[in-house]
Amino acid sequence: MDYRIGRFRVLAAVLAGMVSCAAAPAALAAPDDERGRSLVRLVRQDCGACHGMLLTGGLGPALSPDALRDRPREALVATVLGGRPGTPMPPWRGLLTEDEAGWIVDRLQAGFPER
Amino acid sequence: MLSVLLRAIAALALGTSLAGCAGGGAALRGTGDLGVVIERADGAVLVVENSTRSILGRIDGLGDLSHAHAVFSRDGRYAYVFGRDGGLSKLDLLTRRVAARVMQAGNSIGGAISQDGRLVVAQNYDPGGIKVFDAGSLELLADIPATHGDGTLRSKVVGLADAPGNRFVFALYDAGEIWIADLSQPRSPRITRFPGAGRQPYDGLVTPDGRHYLAGLFGEDGIAALDLWQPQPQLRRILSGYGRGEQRLPVFKMPHLRGWAVAGRRAYLPAVGRHEVLVVDTETWQEVGRIPVKGQPVFVMARPDGRQVWINFALPDNGWVQVFDTLGGKIVASLQPGRAVLHMEFTARGDEVWMSARDDDRVVIYDTAHLARVGEIAARSPSGIFFASRAARIGF
Ligand code: HEC
Repeated sequence: MDYRIGRFRVLAAVLAGMVSCAAAPAALAAPDDERGRSLVRLVRQDCGACHGMLLTGGLGPALSPDALRDRPREALVATVLGGRPGTPMPPWRGLLTEDEAGWIVDRLQAGFPER
Repeated sequence: MLSVLLRAIAALALGTSLAGCAGGGAALRGTGDLGVVIERADGAVLVVENSTRSILGRIDGLGDLSHAHAVFSRDGRYAYVFGRDGGLSKLDLLTRRVAARVMQAGNSIGGAISQDGRLVVAQNYDPGGIKVFDAGSLELLADIPATHGDGTLRSKVVGLADAPGNRFVFALYDAGEIWIADLSQPRSPRITRFPGAGRQPYDGLVTPDGRHYLAGLFGEDGIAALDLWQPQPQLRRILSGYGRGEQRLPVFKMPHLRGWAVAGRRAYLPAVGRHEVLVVDTETWQEVGRIPVKGQPVFVMARPDGRQVWINFALPDNGWVQVFDTLGGKIVASLQPGRAVLHMEFTARGDEVWMSARDDDRVVIYDTAHLARVGEIAARSPSGIFFASRAARIGF
């Protein structure tokens, strides 16, 4: 219950805040440039809080192409959206759409953009 | 006559060399009014001055400074900056130069300085453990791997804090242990282990009097505590089950305990995954209250006099900062200093607080008496702010 209220809060805050700078709503198959840039920033800065800004690892493991290239894409997308219960990896569903999580995973596996 | 002349020449020579040291002929000065701001995305550090709210200089080339942390030499002249990539840099605040630098690990999370100022200790994720350096030369004096299990596993180290007697206390994230390293003989450290501290300790702190070490737990609701005044400290669990078994919110950013809040005999601690600050009596270590707040607290910091407690938050509430009045017992302000407020630092006597607004590329300065914005300085993706007054405080 607590959790769901939290999720809605999160969603509302995201719509009001993070996405306000984007030209289009969050649910896009391929994020446009604006949203793409804010996703890159989110990954570097906010995922970076646990995985390192250079994604070389921190409390969470490295998210470098070497670490992720051979991992099944769908499993990684599921981890990003659902988190890993029992570990600090939080579920990002609510903050990220499936398409966005897929977009991030594709780029993590290929080599994540700087900015 | 000759001796007067010689003295004059000597004075002249000394004068020029001092001017040379101070980077371009600056006047003699102290460092009590100075500090550093980490520019996390650029691997740079700004040297700032409190009274003029200005930047004195920038020191570049310090590597990956995401999650960088700084401690100060006793005289406040040098800042030791611990980078994520394992770089440890000793910066001279007066000349704005790198006085010494070593790469000491693959992945590091911060450090501490000893009570006598002679030892600088880094806490590392990879390879998991702590390393002890001579504060003067940065020569490695001891390497203490955080081994656990059958002795081949190494744990990430979190929550390193300096304690009286040249001791350092830290927690093993992967092993759920707390260790005390007695470094009174730096080259032969004596380790006391406390297994069973609790699941996934994520950060730790020592109280301002150096007496109690607390490690926050991520894997369960509670805090592990050690009374360092006891000849044989015993592990204790406080605030057990503070979540009352309710489902917590997803945690998008780990709370920090260092720089925590003690005001009078009360301690204010972030609740993991909840929109609450826990209030604890430091005599009994019983919970005496909870403060509902705007989001999940990250830093809960007392103004140096303890009258106010300032709180910032994890995503998505990281544009907010709330101020709790410890006398009136209520939140007296909800401020929006900027986007992505990562850190707050009070001036030595607490008249001002400096806050980094990462996504606005600036440090925003508030007057704490009137809760009014009084200035700002430009900084690229600022994160940690550390003032030299930390030099004199245990646990900072
Ligand atoms: C609060 C800390 C934290 C944050 C923030 C965080 N992660 Fe994680 N993440 C972790 C931890 C810890 C693990 C390892 C979980 C485990 O032990 O299985 C992990 C695991 C992962 C994995 C699986 C890696 C593997 O090798 O199996 C992926 C992918 C991942 N995170 C992506 C992300 C992305 C993308 C973001 C930002 C949108 C993010 N994480 C933000 C802590 C975090």
